Amino acid sequence: MALFRPASWTGPRRSILSPWSSPALVVLAVLITFVLTAGPILLAGANPIAAYVEFLVVPVTSGFTAIEVLVSATPILFTGAAVAIAFRAGYWNIGAEGQLLLGAIAGAGVGILVGGLPAIVALPAMVAAGALAGAAWALVPALLRVRFGIDEVVTTLLLNPVALLVVNGLLHGPWRDPVTGFPESPRIAAAAEFPALLPGSRLHLGFVIAMAVVAAAWFVLARTPAGLRLRAVGLSPHGARFAGIDVSGTLLRAALVSGAVAGIAGVSEVAGIQYRLTGGLSPGYGYTGIVVATLGALSMPGVALAALFLGDLTVGASSAARALGIPSQLGAVTQGVLLLTTVGLLALRRNRLTRGIEIGGETVAGDVAAGGLPSAATAISEEGEVEQE
Amino acid sequence: MTAGAVSGSAAPVVELRGITKRFGDLVANDRVDFDVGRGEVHALLGENGAGKTTLMRIVYGLTHPDAGQILVGGRPVAIRSPKDAIAAGIGMVTQHFSLVRPMTVAENVVLGRTGGIRLEMAAAAARVAEASERLGIRVDPGAVVAELSVGEQQRVEILKALARDCRVLILDEPTAVLVPQEVEALFATLRRLLDEGLSVVFISHKLGEVRAISDRVSVLRRGVMVGTVEGSTDERELARMMVGRPMLGIRRTERAGAGPPSTPALSVRDLGAAGVHGLPALVDLSFDVQPGEILGVAGVSGNGQTELVGVLSGMRHPSGGSIVVDGVELAGASPRRLMAAGIGRIPEDRHASLIPDLSVAYNLAIERLDDFRRGGLLDEPAIREHAEQLIARFAIRARPDDRVATLSGGNIQKVLLARVLSRDPRVLVVAQPTRGLDVGATEYVRSELLARRAAGTAVLLVSEDLDELLALADRLIVLYEGRIVGEMRAGDADPEQLGMLMAGRGRAA
Repeated sequence: MALFRPASWTGPRRSILSPWSSPALVVLAVLITFVLTAGPILLAGANPIAAYVEFLVVPVTSGFTAIEVLVSATPILFTGAAVAIAFRAGYWNIGAEGQLLLGAIAGAGVGILVGGLPAIVALPAMVAAGALAGAAWALVPALLRVRFGIDEVVTTLLLNPVALLVVNGLLHGPWRDPVTGFPESPRIAAAAEFPALLPGSRLHLGFVIAMAVVAAAWFVLARTPAGLRLRAVGLSPHGARFAGIDVSGTLLRAALVSGAVAGIAGVSEVAGIQYRLTGGLSPGYGYTGIVVATLGALSMPGVALAALFLGDLTVGASSAARALGIPSQLGAVTQGVLLLTTVGLLALRRNRLTRGIEIGGETVAGDVAAGGLPSAATAISEEGEVEQE
Repeated sequence: MTAGAVSGSAAPVVELRGITKRFGDLVANDRVDFDVGRGEVHALLGENGAGKTTLMRIVYGLTHPDAGQILVGGRPVAIRSPKDAIAAGIGMVTQHFSLVRPMTVAENVVLGRTGGIRLEMAAAAARVAEASERLGIRVDPGAVVAELSVGEQQRVEILKALARDCRVLILDEPTAVLVPQEVEALFATLRRLLDEGLSVVFISHKLGEVRAISDRVSVLRRGVMVGTVEGSTDERELARMMVGRPMLGIRRTERAGAGPPSTPALSVRDLGAAGVHGLPALVDLSFDVQPGEILGVAGVSGNGQTELVGVLSGMRHPSGGSIVVDGVELAGASPRRLMAAGIGRIPEDRHASLIPDLSVAYNLAIERLDDFRRGGLLDEPAIREHAEQLIARFAIRARPDDRVATLSGGNIQKVLLARVLSRDPRVLVVAQPTRGLDVGATEYVRSELLARRAAGTAVLLVSEDLDELLALADRLIVLYEGRIVGEMRAGDADPEQLGMLMAGRGRAA
């Protein structure tokens, strides 16, 4: 997991302008992924080209599936933004999954309780509760990091299964459905359900909130002093501290906001899709958020595109499963290969550019070895320039 | 130079001919010749930045020369990597050890030389114990490296090199991390190894040690080999070779109205700070800087300068003592408080003091973003205008939107200078302000510092460049091992005496 640490952590780093833009790199990653996943698809007895058409093109050819793409993109828009916000600050929150689950618990709890209230009160109360719960789950690792320097990659990651245990404990204990006896919470109040955006579709208010969160995050990062401080801390903690920025406070705030956004993802799934807390609420949306943030080069427009792309792939995988009779897990395989390819290409780009460049007798290549994924820093600076225009 | 060439033993084990290495505009090694004979210690003496380490990195294959030849046993060899160097019988112990700390001594020694599939650890440990015994390098093969003292770790490094059949051992400032007793032990070990025919290249800037162990001494200054003399050469002569040079180009300007001291702008008392390995880096440092005065801090790097600047910049916690500016106690204060108190900081590491991946405009504004906000948002037009003004005033060759990382060293320094000076600091803490800059940028930075002095700022100037200190400073203090070992008016300073102080030989008369 130290994979996600940018080179700048190991010391001063000389940045080199990249000859490959990040979009070109992502397209290349997609092509390589297709070549690599052709093998498993062939083994499953399907034509890879046909499979890719099913994966990527078919979902957007009908209104129904296109809307399903947006539905699939909704939770990972939240978690992608959550992860990207933290990563931009140099805080490696791998715990969006757990924060999402805590948000779902709080959202479901409030949703069950707000029976008599109007939606205009119930919905904000749920969202606020989910955000608070997600932030609270993010608080302890963040405090351990800024106070004692304890690696948040480990602590946030390890809290994810703990959050799942809390969910299961609730569902097998106090919240077990009194009617069916299934390990599911009671259904939330009608007023707490996110309204559908289009009649008869599964697309719900959560998608709008997610896009608003992404837009707000973009605006804060690009246009406010707090956003600039956060970026500065992520790009160079030492330089930021030297300039008088409260690095610990910035990391703490970034961690809490990240947790809050992930928490809202949980509320969105409870109030928009499941209408109750279930054990299978999240098939790893928090982890997919890391993929989304990385593919999106930690920029908010990138996060939006990456979330839609992965949503497309998810819907496509199930339609491919039906049309071609291949396992739907191939969609997840493709996502995984895509992430590894992208990370590999980013590392390769950095390595090729810095190998052998000597600064005062020290090679920067050592930073790469220790650094792994410098995508964040490079991509951000590229976006940073765009933002100034 | 009066120093005549002294030849070594008949056939040098390793010989360098005409080695030249450039880093950009900087010539780190300029046609350097060097050789070391069998059973000989040949010291390479020089100030920091003289090119000693670069030369030895070339021999060890860590850096590649632009020109020149390396001969081993009289035959030219191509050394492309440390692997080639090891194969040629060359070993190197750098200042930063390359040991795997959680592993045992024996594991470290055999690491990288493990052929085959099975690792015969017991046999390896026995071999290491035997070698340790035979060579008189006392370390327990079963000890975990992390638990050893720095001196013991160094012995492991030496053992590691010898275990690879090295015949020429390069020691890069081996005593920098050792306490005096460990230095004695190291020398005893080396003498035993020399009797067995080992050759040693000993890189140092400490005159006493160089004389104690060396057969011959070669002095590098600014990448040029000044001369090679007998190891018994007088310390004054060595100091003169190392630092003594005619003043180049810079004329001293005396401080206008340097009257009796008024209230000091910066007052430091009994300041202490811990360094690496927990050793004290600063010991009871006390000095004052008057308004309109430049106090120069001389010393070979690693004698507490970095820690002093770190503490005065708010980036490092002092272990004791006080720092007072205008009656305000600032020891241990945050960068924000130090800036508010009127301290401007220009540390030696410019890159780390800026945010290289942000634009010039943001870097110029980031210390005081509160002045650049409008309705809670960044006031982009004001940030840009501020940048354009400073770019014009400080002649920075950059546009506001350029990322700092893309600028040249001189322009990066100007960005930092502009950010600091635009706030009119009462006290300026500057370290190595012209290191790595070209002539034009150097001139510019120095003239800005003098202009600050004229405007009444108290300047603390830390520099390894004696010419710079002698040209700019009004008074000098010399740091050696974290202590002030000498203080003098810059006009009275004599390079030879300074060199002796910097090398830890005696106090100012």
